[in-house]
Amino acid sequence: MFSGFMVNTWIAATLVAVIAGVVGFFVVLRGSTFAAHAIPHGAFGGAAGAVLIGVNPIAGLGVFAVGGALGIGWLGRRGRHDVATALALVLMLGLGALFLSFSVEYAAAMYSLLFGEVLGVPSDELLPIAGLGIACIAALAVLYRPLMLTSIAPDVAEARGVAAQRIETGFLLVVALAATMTVPVVGVLLMFSLMIGPAATAGSLTRSPRNAIALSVLLALATVWLAVAVSYLTNLPVGFFVGTLGAVSYGCARIWTARRRGRTAPA
Amino acid sequence: MSQVLRALFAPGFFASDPVHAALVVGAVVALVTGVVGVFTVIRGQAFAGHALGEVGSAGGSAAFLGGANPLWGFMGIAIVAAGLIELLGLHRPRARDVATGLVLGAGLGLAALFLYLDATSSSTTGVTVTILFGSLFAVSQQMLPSIVALSAVSLLVLAVCYRMLLLSSLSPDLAAARGVPVRAIGIAYLVIMAVAVSLAAETIGAILATALVVGPPATALRLTKRPGGALVVAGLIGVVAVWLGIVLAYDSYYWPPAGHGWPVSFFVVALVFLFYLVAGAVARIVQARRRRHSEAAPRLAASGCAEHPGDAA
Amino acid sequence: MSGPTLDESADDAILDVDGVSVWLSGREVLHDVRFRIMPGEFTGLIGSNGAGKTTLFRVILGLQAASTGSVLVGGRPLTRRNPIIGYVPQKIFLDPDMPLRARDVVALGLDGHRLGVPLGWGRRRKAVDAMLDAVDARRLADARVGSLSGGEQQRVLIAHALISRPRLLLLDEPLANLDIGAEGEVVALLARIAREQRIAVFISAHDVNPLLPVMDRLVYMAAGNTASGTTAEVIRPEVLSALYGQHVDVLRVHGRILVVAGAEGPSGVTFEETDGAAVGPDIVALR
Repeated sequence: MFSGFMVNTWIAATLVAVIAGVVGFFVVLRGSTFAAHAIPHGAFGGAAGAVLIGVNPIAGLGVFAVGGALGIGWLGRRGRHDVATALALVLMLGLGALFLSFSVEYAAAMYSLLFGEVLGVPSDELLPIAGLGIACIAALAVLYRPLMLTSIAPDVAEARGVAAQRIETGFLLVVALAATMTVPVVGVLLMFSLMIGPAATAGSLTRSPRNAIALSVLLALATVWLAVAVSYLTNLPVGFFVGTLGAVSYGCARIWTARRRGRTAPA
Repeated sequence: MSQVLRALFAPGFFASDPVHAALVVGAVVALVTGVVGVFTVIRGQAFAGHALGEVGSAGGSAAFLGGANPLWGFMGIAIVAAGLIELLGLHRPRARDVATGLVLGAGLGLAALFLYLDATSSSTTGVTVTILFGSLFAVSQQMLPSIVALSAVSLLVLAVCYRMLLLSSLSPDLAAARGVPVRAIGIAYLVIMAVAVSLAAETIGAILATALVVGPPATALRLTKRPGGALVVAGLIGVVAVWLGIVLAYDSYYWPPAGHGWPVSFFVVALVFLFYLVAGAVARIVQARRRRHSEAAPRLAASGCAEHPGDAA
Repeated sequence: MSGPTLDESADDAILDVDGVSVWLSGREVLHDVRFRIMPGEFTGLIGSNGAGKTTLFRVILGLQAASTGSVLVGGRPLTRRNPIIGYVPQKIFLDPDMPLRARDVVALGLDGHRLGVPLGWGRRRKAVDAMLDAVDARRLADARVGSLSGGEQQRVLIAHALISRPRLLLLDEPLANLDIGAEGEVVALLARIAREQRIAVFISAHDVNPLLPVMDRLVYMAAGNTASGTTAEVIRPEVLSALYGQHVDVLRVHGRILVVAGAEGPSGVTFEETDGAAVGPDIVALR
């Protein structure tokens, strides 16, 4: 399990988990879970389009992910946020359906793009993944303070001159970057589960942002490593384990905190 | 006149049986999702609507695996998911979104599993495509009665709960004060939405299900402030989008690449999106004109009532 | 409509609102609002829900453009980012599951608007601790902010607004969800801040009574119209009736004020409690 082509898989999985853990903290804090799902999911349409014109599907993915992030931001300014996200998502998927109908060969590769693939992470993909990951973390470091402030008190942030719309768009672009880089191992559909599950669990268990980010990364690593290992041993899809582990760990954390709060006197 | 018809509708359109079925099913589904969707948008549960459609596809693929009709698999899993979301979600919108996301993640994971088992056991490629993107023209005639029946039941339940649902969606606190069982209504509503969305997802695909549950209702709410009016307009817009999409998809068999045809889902989604943008532009123009009128003749506000909740749809 | 007394000079006012009207969605939400707030004054903005209080705050904060009129803050015209105003909003996103401690929220008041990651942790921590001390919330510093009670959260939010050393503190309905005890504590705290630090406090509420002991002046808002001055000047039947556009009575019961609309009877009648006896049921029924 730890030799040959699997080494790449472990490295890629680790990089993916670190990014998902950090980005996921902010996604859960800001309540952007729908957008975090919609952007990678819609980006899938771009991958189909890229294959159609003979370009690397990851590039198409990236273009649609960025487009989706900008579209959600633009539409969200004029109407309800969840409506904007849903419409941007279905438009991208509709285009994806169109592209898919033009090319038949793509159907086979679609499964691994959607749900993840343990085998076959080529070495030359590792560096771009790492590069994108560093870019994500750097962007989040720059946006850290206004992101936190706009997450809890957007009115106060506005009053102090923070351009909340720009911060939101910037954040969605980071999510788009993260989505693009994590597709190879975990797949487009389950990547957001890796962002939300560990971060939500961590938020329930710790109180300070610093600890929550660290714990989120640790939980994401544990989830991905476990998922890759079991997937390798059973041949069942990686995405299945990622999805179920995320839900189960959050459920356990909620039960645990509910018990703990029930035992101590209410504040 | 017949020349115009021939230009608009490709030959054989009106004679084709699959087209008839598609028109009927499409209209029924569009009506149900439009009506259910108005409440979805008002309650801010577009994510749940989308999630239920996709989770339903896990059930659909499981049913396919077992050889059963995917429709019941869809609905079963969607209802279970609705229950889980309600259980985990509590009342705060952010916690509810996280719960929705996790249930969706688990559901998609299951879908991954079932599709994988599907593909290896029956070696049918393209199952993924069918389940996720759906195909309106492949709806079997035998399912028509059950689809119509389920839609009728959903609409009936909605009609019965209408007042309570409306009040608890617009103002949960006021509803609770008036004795409306807000939690129970919320659960009932989620179940109805699960039924409607799985109905839609099974017949027209998970993407279109989301598009119709969100798009036409949001468009309708931009055009009219009255909820009753919005229900009617949403249903109308949905039907128009679906029918127009069917016509275009049928016509597109003659477009490049020839003999292939463009997918219905693309046309319907594009039309839904277009209508939404147009309605937004119209609403903005109307508001700007109204403001200019009022500022020309200033008068005191009659009473300080709160902004209408349907304002920014 | 009362204005400032003769010996105040307009240049000293920390906030000068002059003839502000605001149109929203084709409706006039605020009409010709004018009042002044001097440094260190405790001013109440009283009005029922939907009267336009939040809109007025948004205009002062530069978040909402006024259709007519002008606002001067500290003698200068409005800009988007006004460092001398501290703002405590009515609604804030604080889930019990959020991994944020009280001290994190307060620290964001210091530099949350700047880019980058916070540095100088030692100095920040000291400033945050000092501010939490000032609002009597030091023991809550490491508690999860989402699980604090309403009154405790208000203190944290006040500390958050105060840490940037504003000269005018705006609070949007801070007493709305508090029980009577917490209400009194928050009001006392704000009064002490206004007095000791010469910070003008402008607080909106729908019930004037909790603020009566500490208020210097008030701005009464009804249907977008305002009247400003001291309590005695403003809370009178003739003034309020003109604001509401209908007949209004003012009752004083055990030192508390009740504004009653729609009563039949001569206008301008003020029922005053003379010997502390309980008020009869027929007056209560007027509500």
